[in-house]
Amino acid sequence: MSHKDAYPLQEADLLPLSIGAGFLGTGGGGNPYVGMLRSRELLRKGAKVDILPLDALPDDAWISEVGGIGAPVVSVEKIEQGSECLRAMRAVEETAGVSMAALICAEIGGANSMEPIITAAQSGLPVLDGDGMGRAFPEVQMTTFFIYGAKAAPAAISDDKSNTIIFRDIKDMYWLERFARDTSVAMGAAAGLAIAPMRMDFVRRSAVPGTMTQALEIGRTVLAARARRQNVVDRVIATTGAKLFFTGKVTDIRRELKGGFARGEARIAGSGDWAGCEGRIAIQNENLVLWIDGEPVVMVPDLIINLDLETGEPITTEVLRYGQRLAVVGLPAHDLLKTPQAMAVVGPSAFGYPELAFVPLALGPIEKGMT
Amino acid sequence: MIRIGIDVGGTNTDAVLLDGTKVVAGVKAPTSRDVMTGVVEALRKVLAAAGREAATVDVVMIGTTHFTNAVVQRRDLAQTAAVRLCLPATECLPPMVDWPEDLRTVIGNHWYLAHGGNEFDGRVISPLDEAELRGIADDIRGKGIRSVAVTSVFSPVSTEFEERAGAILADALPGVHITLSSSIGRIGLLERENAAIMNACLRDLSQEVVAAFRGALADIGFTGRFFLTQNDGTLMDAAFAERFPVLTFASGPTNSMRGAAFLSGVQDAIVVDIGGTTTDVGSLQKGFPRQATLAVEVGGVRTNFRMPDVFSIGLGGGSLVVDSPDGVTVGPRSVGYRISTEARIFGGSTLTTTDIVVADGGATLGDAAKVSGLDRGLIRRARDRIAFMLEDCVEKARISAEPLPVIVVGGGSILVEGPIAGLELIKPDHFAVANAVGAAIAQVSGEVDRVYSLAEMGRDEALSDAKAKATEAAIAAGAHPDGIEIVDVEDVPLAYLPGNATRVRVKAVGDLHVA
Repeated sequence: MSHKDAYPLQEADLLPLSIGAGFLGTGGGGNPYVGMLRSRELLRKGAKVDILPLDALPDDAWISEVGGIGAPVVSVEKIEQGSECLRAMRAVEETAGVSMAALICAEIGGANSMEPIITAAQSGLPVLDGDGMGRAFPEVQMTTFFIYGAKAAPAAISDDKSNTIIFRDIKDMYWLERFARDTSVAMGAAAGLAIAPMRMDFVRRSAVPGTMTQALEIGRTVLAARARRQNVVDRVIATTGAKLFFTGKVTDIRRELKGGFARGEARIAGSGDWAGCEGRIAIQNENLVLWIDGEPVVMVPDLIINLDLETGEPITTEVLRYGQRLAVVGLPAHDLLKTPQAMAVVGPSAFGYPELAFVPLALGPIEKGMT
Repeated sequence: MIRIGIDVGGTNTDAVLLDGTKVVAGVKAPTSRDVMTGVVEALRKVLAAAGREAATVDVVMIGTTHFTNAVVQRRDLAQTAAVRLCLPATECLPPMVDWPEDLRTVIGNHWYLAHGGNEFDGRVISPLDEAELRGIADDIRGKGIRSVAVTSVFSPVSTEFEERAGAILADALPGVHITLSSSIGRIGLLERENAAIMNACLRDLSQEVVAAFRGALADIGFTGRFFLTQNDGTLMDAAFAERFPVLTFASGPTNSMRGAAFLSGVQDAIVVDIGGTTTDVGSLQKGFPRQATLAVEVGGVRTNFRMPDVFSIGLGGGSLVVDSPDGVTVGPRSVGYRISTEARIFGGSTLTTTDIVVADGGATLGDAAKVSGLDRGLIRRARDRIAFMLEDCVEKARISAEPLPVIVVGGGSILVEGPIAGLELIKPDHFAVANAVGAAIAQVSGEVDRVYSLAEMGRDEALSDAKAKATEAAIAAGAHPDGIEIVDVEDVPLAYLPGNATRVRVKAVGDLHVA
């Protein structure tokens, strides 16, 4: 750990990291609480986890992307045996004939922020400061790694019973999503997935950079604001560059299940500056689109985050309820998620809104593609 | 129907007598160390004040903070073994992993992971191993532990493993208290297990306390049924309460808020309940406390009970007032039930908030001459500090800019000088015994929380099945079969699971059936 921006993850970092990861989960991604406890237990037993910036390792180093796959509600009941992702990563190393130099998060938002930390603590490898989403998305292929050309195979999935299955030849991440998803259900809807090794030079170009640190800083801001009894919503907006788009009270929440995904819609009666307006949020595990009085104002891949108006606590779509008072905050997605290639995978049309042409919430330039 | 409601707080034991919906009398007695003496005194006083005989009373409802306080203060807790049926799943996080170190130490940190448990769809994680459980029982016996909590993965979906393991342990460990997690909590392994372990470690105490209540009632000649109130403001009978003391957690704030709504006739308000040691502030919506949306901690332990969203501060009638160069501090330390001997107006030497109010002419209590020499500046600073603390917590409890009224209840209400945060102030009749009123008017509930596969059964069918089961549970708990209402229905489709798996929670509530 010689790089100037590298730092060791401390036990005291885990709570703010989990809060920040919950925020970046944009309503989905599962609760990081269990993962936080698992990381804490490993650190208390003496494990060391270093966070490395994306320029710390040589181009030819191999990077492993790991994450949990299953259902969020299962993950709080059938907690993992503990080494699922480690076994999956070892199986990928063996099949590909490589040794991993570091881990990276597939998804910083929600529970998967913690999985690479756990695997790192168990294997002694460092974790890179970045991820493949900069938020949470519901499917395996929805990462910048896949969007910019990562291979899907060899990948491996392992469960609590040490059943480990290797996906040797897989056409692309869509197929991996399909097979891994079905396999995870057979495994009891809680398993660890590792995808094909990625070279560091590729990861440097394709990862959303700095998201571990970003999550940590969001969490620290929330905790500091709470300790000083400041308005948490205001403080988080001020430090993240997010923007407050709406405040109001949930008046209706409808949920249904289509193809294994929780889809739904929340209606919010405006309050404060938005008194008399109606907000509407489309949900598919994560918050997808915010309309105000029928006009779409924030849409995927930009982040839509519902915060409890009083406490500033991020509210996941699963616990969204009638009568809750929300601050709806928008945060621009990283430019890597807003290119034409990215739009095909994570734009509004990829989530079933072909009628919405993506309009970024911040007026930053859209990159013209990437190689 | 004639009902007596009792609230056993840390400082006072309150009792009210209701004839139908009319409050006939309300009294206070100091809480005694043995609980029973205070309850007997309160009962005698309330019967005398109402001019009724014990034999005319139909039913007695008791709210108690005794079990919450035992956990918070880490006292009277039994050594407890936590047995989890799970292997190989969940190995990375042992039972009590997220508990405060001191509480875990007090109950011994005894835990065992064993084979068993279910998948979300009812499949088996691993078969139950009887020999393994008998080995665990030997170890438990060897350590002299007399309380066991059994938690199986996905027991809200299938209770079979917990029941079988419970039977094996009961057979191997005769006379030991066994708590099954499925009889207490919902989905969420650690939170449900936490509740089961806390319940188990309170079982010795609950036997004592329920026996004390029974003894107190027999002592005054009451022979009818009695109930304890649970965290959701509903009742459980004494035998059930003895087995599930953990369900009394947070019943105090719920009772005071329900009582405040009943006494004031106001359904939407902020309720400030000022006791001897703490002030609880919560918000009332349609006559019921607003529920917390996040996991609630009790004594530092995370649980998934539905609890009222209440904010507590260390301010009460017995709070210590300390003057220093940095300003005056009020609480969180309190003389608690010793106020009647330690406060200055009662001849003691400790300066409390009650002394300040009496010195300022805000209440007539004790011997005002004992505080007549207090510095006027100190009195003013202390009252300003109290007003600031109340305003701060009312602002926190407000969920909108709407000017909701503030209902002030509890024995410490004398601390309130005037409107808080500029809102309308209501001090209803019998404000000092709102908790006991809330206990007296409590209803009976039944709850169901389970996962249905909507591929096998339509949504309507699943909901009516859950409603029927919740209604049955309410009747089994003592509700009158007529007029049972379904008060809470929640169905959440479970993401990523096949067969349209949906988690359904239903709660049915009805009036107590008095035969």
